[in-house]
Amino acid sequence: MCTSCGCRGQGTTMTNLQTGARAEIAALPEHDGSGHSHGNHGHGHFHGEHHHADDERHAHGHDHSHAHARDYSDHDQAHEHSHHRVDLEARILAKNDAIAAKCRAWLAGREIVALNLVSSPGAGKTTLLERAIADLSGELPLFVIEGDQATSNDGERIRAAGAPVVQVNTGTGCHLDAEMIARALSELKPSVGSLVFIENVGNLVCPALFDLGEHAKAVIFSTTEGEDKPLKYPHMFSAAKLVIFNKIDLLPHLDFLMERARENVRRVNPDAEIVEVSAKTGAGMQMLYDWIRAQMSAAKEQALL
Amino acid sequence: MHELSIVCSIVELASQAAEGRTVRRVIIEIGKLSGVEPEAVAFCFPEVARGTPLEEATLDIREIEAKARCELCGAEFPTPDMLSACPCGSRQFQRLRGEELNIKSIEVEEAA
Repeated sequence: MCTSCGCRGQGTTMTNLQTGARAEIAALPEHDGSGHSHGNHGHGHFHGEHHHADDERHAHGHDHSHAHARDYSDHDQAHEHSHHRVDLEARILAKNDAIAAKCRAWLAGREIVALNLVSSPGAGKTTLLERAIADLSGELPLFVIEGDQATSNDGERIRAAGAPVVQVNTGTGCHLDAEMIARALSELKPSVGSLVFIENVGNLVCPALFDLGEHAKAVIFSTTEGEDKPLKYPHMFSAAKLVIFNKIDLLPHLDFLMERARENVRRVNPDAEIVEVSAKTGAGMQMLYDWIRAQMSAAKEQALL
Repeated sequence: MHELSIVCSIVELASQAAEGRTVRRVIIEIGKLSGVEPEAVAFCFPEVARGTPLEEATLDIREIEAKARCELCGAEFPTPDMLSACPCGSRQFQRLRGEELNIKSIEVEEAA
């Protein structure tokens, strides 16, 4: 990751914890070389945005006045310029979505279900995976892609629990994107008919926007958070197919009202399925496994069509 | 801050489309329910654009108001936030507008 502007590239690394192999995930083309010079510039001025009558905002990369095409009188040589409009009409995330579509097709053809696990930091994603690996590994092959800004701590926990894992470190990046998943899948090589957990960076904002090619997003919502989390982070909760309430073993000690929290989930996403678990004690986990088994059967049927 | 990734994608798409020419203006659309903050996009743009063909470009952000059609009563109604329901009380509706995240066009400089 570029330390000055934070753009993805240098610093996003991937580590295969089975082999120890480490690789950088490629930088964006215009951000990987000498063309990307930071500092030493005299033009730190930023215009911010101006409100115009037509509700447009403008941000300028420079504080110089713009020389317009019609100012021909200022030019006395053959270097006059004219402006030419190029229509793009493209989705800004088109590249991510195209890579995600490739991942989705790759997974579907192999009857693999990939679940994108998202939550706030500390909601219990890794503990839930440790429990699921212990309970399910005799039943189906299980693989994990671990996303964190830094360290392989979570990846090591997953490996100790017994699942092959690739750790992606995003540097200053706040979410996983489809390219990281494509790279991680080719390193991890999940087997036919397996279950892949993608543990996203702990963040309820940014991962909502980035399709990873997953079968479904599952939000982990722990009882130590406020019941209004779905209202505060509606994008994430509305993108989820499953909401997993975690840490229900703590309910006797908390003021958390489960029914109010469920109602808030339904307000944002009437179609989401909800399960209540304690990854620590194992309570309710069978409900989660039943849901996973149903997704696995559906993936098998669809792959044959 | 996912807006940084969004801006990196904008700069990448526009640089490719410019085919070596200097970009003077980039026009993008951001729906009010897209999950992207226009202010944050505007803030990141100059820094990401530096050292690219967009270095001197102006970024025009067009915000799109959100609208939905109710599946029960058929009415079209504004949805200023993610929790908006139809005036009839229904939460079953189809979003028509407001989730856009598009690059519309660029203006490039061409030698006469």
